[in-house]
Amino acid sequence: MKKGYLIKYGELAIKGKNRWFFENALIKHLEDALKPFGVFEVIKEQGRIICEPAEPVDDEEVMNRIQMVFGIVGVSPVYILEDNSFEHICAVAKEHLTDQYDDLNVTFKVESRRADKKYPMNSMEISRELGAYLLDEVPGLSVDVKNPDIRLNVEVRGKTYIFSKVVKCLGGMPVGTNGRGMLMLSGGIDSPVAGFMVAKRGVFCEAVYYHSHPYTSERAKQKVVDLAKILARYNGSFNLHVVPFTEIQLDIYERCPHEQLTIIMRRYMMIIAERIARQRQCQALITGESIGQVASQTIQSLVATNDVCDMPVFRPLIGFDKQDIVTISEKIDTYETSILPYEDCCTIFVAKHPVTKPNLNAIERSEKKLADTIDAMIEKAIKDTEVIRIEPEL
Amino acid sequence: MEVYFDNAATTRVSDGAAAAMMTMLTEAYGNPSSLHQKGFEAEKTVEEARKIIADAMKVAKNDVYFTSGGTEGNNMVLHGVSRAYKRRGKHILVSDIEHPSVKDAAYKLTEEGYVVETVPVDDKGYVMPQTLSAMVREDTILVSVMHINNEIGTIQPMESLVKAVKEKNADTLVHVDAVQSFGKYPLYPSRVGIDLMTISGHKIHGPKGAGALYVAPKVRLTPLVYGGDQQKGVRSGTENVPGIVGLGVAAREAYGDLESRKTHIAKLRRHCIRRLSEAVTAIDFNSDLEEGAYHILNFRAVGVKSEVLLHTLEEQGIYVSTGSACSANKKHHSSTLQALGQDSEATDQAIRVSFSTYNRMEEVDYFIKQLQTALPMLRRFTKK
Repeated sequence: MKKGYLIKYGELAIKGKNRWFFENALIKHLEDALKPFGVFEVIKEQGRIICEPAEPVDDEEVMNRIQMVFGIVGVSPVYILEDNSFEHICAVAKEHLTDQYDDLNVTFKVESRRADKKYPMNSMEISRELGAYLLDEVPGLSVDVKNPDIRLNVEVRGKTYIFSKVVKCLGGMPVGTNGRGMLMLSGGIDSPVAGFMVAKRGVFCEAVYYHSHPYTSERAKQKVVDLAKILARYNGSFNLHVVPFTEIQLDIYERCPHEQLTIIMRRYMMIIAERIARQRQCQALITGESIGQVASQTIQSLVATNDVCDMPVFRPLIGFDKQDIVTISEKIDTYETSILPYEDCCTIFVAKHPVTKPNLNAIERSEKKLADTIDAMIEKAIKDTEVIRIEPEL
Repeated sequence: MEVYFDNAATTRVSDGAAAAMMTMLTEAYGNPSSLHQKGFEAEKTVEEARKIIADAMKVAKNDVYFTSGGTEGNNMVLHGVSRAYKRRGKHILVSDIEHPSVKDAAYKLTEEGYVVETVPVDDKGYVMPQTLSAMVREDTILVSVMHINNEIGTIQPMESLVKAVKEKNADTLVHVDAVQSFGKYPLYPSRVGIDLMTISGHKIHGPKGAGALYVAPKVRLTPLVYGGDQQKGVRSGTENVPGIVGLGVAAREAYGDLESRKTHIAKLRRHCIRRLSEAVTAIDFNSDLEEGAYHILNFRAVGVKSEVLLHTLEEQGIYVSTGSACSANKKHHSSTLQALGQDSEATDQAIRVSFSTYNRMEEVDYFIKQLQTALPMLRRFTKK
């Protein structure tokens, strides 16, 4: 008897003729995710996927890892039998219940499916006989066919599968089945959450980070790398593009009005992000912006920043309160890292009274002052961008 | 070129200390409490180190206890004295420029009804004997003043201060955090009337995680760590033999070489002061240039945020320290400089360089040259 994992997927199921594309992507992601834990066979089976380990594995670690894969609605620990004699099924069913549940003073129901027509019992007989056996053998159990606490599933095919508990997963779509995006990643709470939310919809994300040595420290950069490694658990391995932004930042600081500094900086950051996104075949930018938290995120400021982009910009947090964002951040394990105190923008570059309702004409006039140098600086920044390969850190 | 000017933070372990430690890690690795020969050998090395430290302090071997470093030593004192002497009184005095391991340990005691008062310092960081004396009361059980301040290098007039305390109240215990002075400025606690003295290994080319505490005979100390009764129960736990041996070697090397190290390092500092004064614009010194410790120099490059300067210098291979550290929206300001009365703009710009016997004159010249290049550029960008 082997213990495996039965994966149920949701939205994929309605994709019709493209279903194989999504299923194969999901299988690949599961294979990649499970590799560190041992050798697994990952197979499609009747609209579900079964992950069968060659050797026994650490159940908790594997379940946790599976739950980080997008595209899955639920995962069940499943007991897989080669020997499908009824006695064996009974014994394993009992073992399954006592293993998986602490408290067996519950109601249950057996739901059987018999796909192997050569099997001597039909599904109703299996349910009835197995149900009776378990009632005898496991104290505390009682039957409820309408609304049982435990639905014990028994499926007899080539092998026999016994499972009951379904652990709810994240849902979403397999990463990469819906294109590629470029996340503007900072060390804050918001942008990692934004990346997570868009990756969840199947968009494979790469990320760009703006580094301003010596105004920002190596620790600030490491913090972003650490956040990226956490995101990679969900998104898969990706490239982090670290753009040296000091020269541009200083030029804006010297030549443009101080209260416009943040907006103008963000505009150039988006220009560069869009360039890198195109290089990397990404179709959209992703940011952690929401409305109104800081001066650069009033609707007027968002309009002014967005103005430089031709590409769509996804802002999944646009309607979220800070507390909602924090809650997700804690759930995906980025919160503790995000709040580490290494600033990604030195306070020299934060105006005391930043403009909250920027006038686009005024901004453009200011930017004209940079016209003689800015193009060369942008090219240089892109050329000197450091690419760090980010692997998932578990 | 690697220029390490942050020796007040920590120092490289000397080759001698490292080699001795390696032997203890891989060959003479016994537990000093074991009854067999291997344990006995380890015990002997610990006792040898204890003798070296005791001789350096000119005290009895039995009054020296090994700890995990300065922080633990200071905690042992605050915790141990307060509990052992609470029937005598619950009033404690700490200077305004103590290390957090003294201050925080002291303030924690206020939760239990102890009264902790801070002794102010003047604008150069000195504790005045009269000020201190005036604050000592009948129920004062402990006064703690560090010998040399780690941030700016102020050297307290220890003899006068101890005298001022003991004349007011002979029963008040005096503790000195000598972490920055041991191995550089000899202080003999038993000759000066100091009851407790903390030292640390990693400031004198010994390893991190090893230090010692002097406890004058007759002084009672309630232990902080229990279980095993090593070191007469004052500090239980299997001794960190490699660390202790490293500390011993470092102490022996320091005291064997004290004068020539002092001459060399003082020369570096003087040269640095002169070059900063004559060749670098807008430098204000925080340290006492004449009387301050010869290995510490704290100054301010006016108009330049120190953390930005630190990163600029490190790109050129130069490592220094700042008076404050940037945390997200919450600045950690140098408490010493604040105690001196400086405002947050000034503490934000303070740079500390600290030299060791391994530093060279060429390194000081290189440092000055990099400052000359970096400062004009950084001064263009100040917070508006």
